[in-house]
Amino acid sequence: MWEYTGKVLDHFRNPRNVGLLENPDGIGEVGSLACGDALKLTFKLGPDGRIADVKFQTFGCASAIASSSALTEMVKGKTLDEAAKITNQDIAEFLGGLPEQKMHCSVMGREALEAAIDNYRGGQGGKRVLAGKVVCNCFGVTEEEILRVVRENQLSTVEQVTHYTKAGGGCGKCKGDIQALLTRVAAEQLAAEQAAHARSPARKMTNLERIRLIEETLERNVRPALRQDGGDIQLVDVEGPRVRVALRGMCAGCQVSEFTLRDVVQSKLREFVNEDIVVEEAP
Amino acid sequence: MSRVIYLDNNATTMAAPEVVEAMRPFWNERYGNPSSMHAFGGQVHRDVESARARVAELIGADPGEIVFTSCGSESDNMAIRGAVEAFGRRVNVITSRVEHPAVLGPCQELAEHGVTVQHIPVDAAGQLDLVRLGEALREGPAVVSVMWVNNETGVIFPMDEIAAMVHAAGGLLHTDAVQAAGKIMIDLQRVPVDLLSLSGHKLHAPKGVGVLYIRRGTRIKPLLLGGHQEENRRAGTENVPYIVGLGRACELARAHLDDLPRLAAMRDRLEQGLLATCPDSSVNGDRHRRVATTLNISFEYIEGEAILYSLSDVGICASSGSACSSGSLEPSHVLRAMGVPFTAVHGSIRFSLSRYTTDEEIDYTLAALPPIVKRLRAMSPFVPK
Repeated sequence: MWEYTGKVLDHFRNPRNVGLLENPDGIGEVGSLACGDALKLTFKLGPDGRIADVKFQTFGCASAIASSSALTEMVKGKTLDEAAKITNQDIAEFLGGLPEQKMHCSVMGREALEAAIDNYRGGQGGKRVLAGKVVCNCFGVTEEEILRVVRENQLSTVEQVTHYTKAGGGCGKCKGDIQALLTRVAAEQLAAEQAAHARSPARKMTNLERIRLIEETLERNVRPALRQDGGDIQLVDVEGPRVRVALRGMCAGCQVSEFTLRDVVQSKLREFVNEDIVVEEAP
Repeated sequence: MSRVIYLDNNATTMAAPEVVEAMRPFWNERYGNPSSMHAFGGQVHRDVESARARVAELIGADPGEIVFTSCGSESDNMAIRGAVEAFGRRVNVITSRVEHPAVLGPCQELAEHGVTVQHIPVDAAGQLDLVRLGEALREGPAVVSVMWVNNETGVIFPMDEIAAMVHAAGGLLHTDAVQAAGKIMIDLQRVPVDLLSLSGHKLHAPKGVGVLYIRRGTRIKPLLLGGHQEENRRAGTENVPYIVGLGRACELARAHLDDLPRLAAMRDRLEQGLLATCPDSSVNGDRHRRVATTLNISFEYIEGEAILYSLSDVGICASSGSACSSGSLEPSHVLRAMGVPFTAVHGSIRFSLSRYTTDEEIDYTLAALPPIVKRLRAMSPFVPK
């Protein structure tokens, strides 16, 4: 059995606002029978521009029903701008948490809400249209959706992405693509961090942070270039400003290895980590 | 939870009171090691052998062909890996698409190591495609592992026919009979399978004990090495209390084969009652070749986990083939292999009875389930207007 909170069980047993509103101002539909869960959300605005009434219909497990019910409670009385700010974590938190494998239920809630608001604002016809490149064909999850959930929930593994979006939970063929998206987000975040470091040189990194940053810089800014020529690089040791590395593959014993070390490795490390870095080749 | 209506006996069963009683002296009175050279251990050895004889009797085997293991999964692993290893891996593996993970797991591992593994499909009723099995058997010597009774649907495979086909092609046949023992008559004199797995906790013995039947003369490489126990086929000091319990459970199962018509009548009453009171429901699996104790029924437009939680709230225990109740995102591979539409798979519920199930419990379930289905359908966006 899942470890559901009392609040999840309460909203499953006594769901609030079940049904469909007639002539709603906005309607949002996500999911499908094949996927195993689906949510249809309708709302009406009051004269003050706030959500006056909201109802849902859900096909799905206990936590899908509870997430939908929670969502309706959360949006009532909010303006659309306020409602649009609700994230899937907000829904999960409202319920006192969801098992990680069930986080996709909270994501479904957020998606239905967005679709309904879009519908009101004259966007799509209420049904969520898959925009952009589809990554997971089994569950129809797009690149855009995965990137968003990864960023909003700080996900770092393919398994987590599956728990949150279902992507990769079917045949599993897209797991490599999901990993690539995770790598892309990680690279963005690293670049942002590096930029932040560059802006605030006053803060001193710990040794651990420094070594990690060196590793990451080698991984993202050095290794791809070396690999193109059939080579590779390994971090051997870090001692103060001295970074000892070993060149591998085609790079080992290469005529221009000295050039590689100074003009590629050292310059990248100086750019992203610290100005005083000196790169040496490990014996 | 005050009362429990236990209709999940394909998942596990209650240990029979007679079984618990039979096990009682073996914790701190008759605790000798069956291998010891003293009368205190020697007596325990005789108790283990007596249990072995009772297990053999349930399936029409010779006691020397019975090897005790820790569970059905161990038996499946030992059978498949042990048989393939005995062939030096120069053998194909044939299994079905609807096997238990304990069979699919070792098959997948062998496939990853270069062994050719074929998965024979089933038809819409869950019956094995014997034509495809015949074709696969023509591709060379094979270790075949197909279940006798399916755990999700209760569908019975024609093991006599399968055994004849496999042996005519020179193959070796293993069957996972975990869901068959005590639910159909098993006579290995008449149905000559080579290897057969049993599990204690599916037939009112405790969890943690199983059996692998190895027909005399069948070559199989042991999984566990380092002891002479079980005639060098499975090392490790015997789990005496559980083995004694299993022996008693098999004796009881044999005596209770007469109960099966009564159980089938209860199951049919549940089935007919639910079909009559819940529109858009349907039964999964071959209703003519199915064990007496299993009912797999689908309720359209609603999801199985939600049904299970609602049933649990009123004390009823059952299972579902829905994705959400499995912990993975994929719904039942068995129902999918049968071509059951997604809508019906997600709303599938398995009820499994035992000889302890009462008519009153069936009545209670018949009264409790229709309102649950109705309530969940009132919430579903898919119910046609």
